[in-house]
Amino acid sequence: MGYEVRKQGNYSVVILTGDVDLERSPDVRKLLLEQIGAGNGVIVDLSAVTYIDSSGVASLVEAFQNARKRGSDFALASVSQAAMRVLELARLDKIFTIHASVDAVKGG
Amino acid sequence: MSDTNDIRLIKISVPAQPDRLKLIRSAVAAAAETVGCSENCRMDIVMAVDEACQNIIRHGYKNDPDGAIVVDVRRAGDTLVIKLIDYAQPVDVEKVKPRDLADVRPGGLGVHIIREVMDEAEFKKPPEGVGNLLELTKKIA
Repeated sequence: MGYEVRKQGNYSVVILTGDVDLERSPDVRKLLLEQIGAGNGVIVDLSAVTYIDSSGVASLVEAFQNARKRGSDFALASVSQAAMRVLELARLDKIFTIHASVDAVKGG
Repeated sequence: MSDTNDIRLIKISVPAQPDRLKLIRSAVAAAAETVGCSENCRMDIVMAVDEACQNIIRHGYKNDPDGAIVVDVRRAGDTLVIKLIDYAQPVDVEKVKPRDLADVRPGGLGVHIIREVMDEAEFKKPPEGVGNLLELTKKIA
């Protein structure tokens, strides 16, 4: 499936690609919660996401809230136009920490 | 003589399963492109149809993979009209409401997205033998 995880400094960078829809969002949710559960700060790179629906966004929200409870960092980076449209519609563009690129993350 | 401004673009029946949503998105995007919808307009229409189909799969059929969704797309003048038909139990329309976005939590965004991106989204009286008929409309732009 379309994702890759790599370490960058203190963070796990989760790179999602393609469509994050009802078919794939359960796997994305599991992956993000595993990374947070392992005690890592997480950056989700959305540059190659061609489509994300409300179930995909729900996975991001759940991961964000889980990280916040643990006191871990959780951020989005390089958000594609398609993904940003949905985040804006859901008014989540003001809730998530969003970086222009993964490399722009301090400590990353 | 038929009105050339009112034409059916597609009518397909698709299994109500998450791994078929991509097919529905592709078909609806192609139909919207055929009548000259811009990329942004196509993106909005595809998003609304996808969210509505998700609701049918999860809440209508309660993830029963034997259900079917009929996607009927027509152009009526300068408007795209999409009918989504299912054979699940009729929904209580009063309960289909967008939630307060200030309450940040996973889920419950689908109805909000549909209403934001489409001009109209309305449950119509379904024909005999049909569970629900949702009609979505958007001006072609």
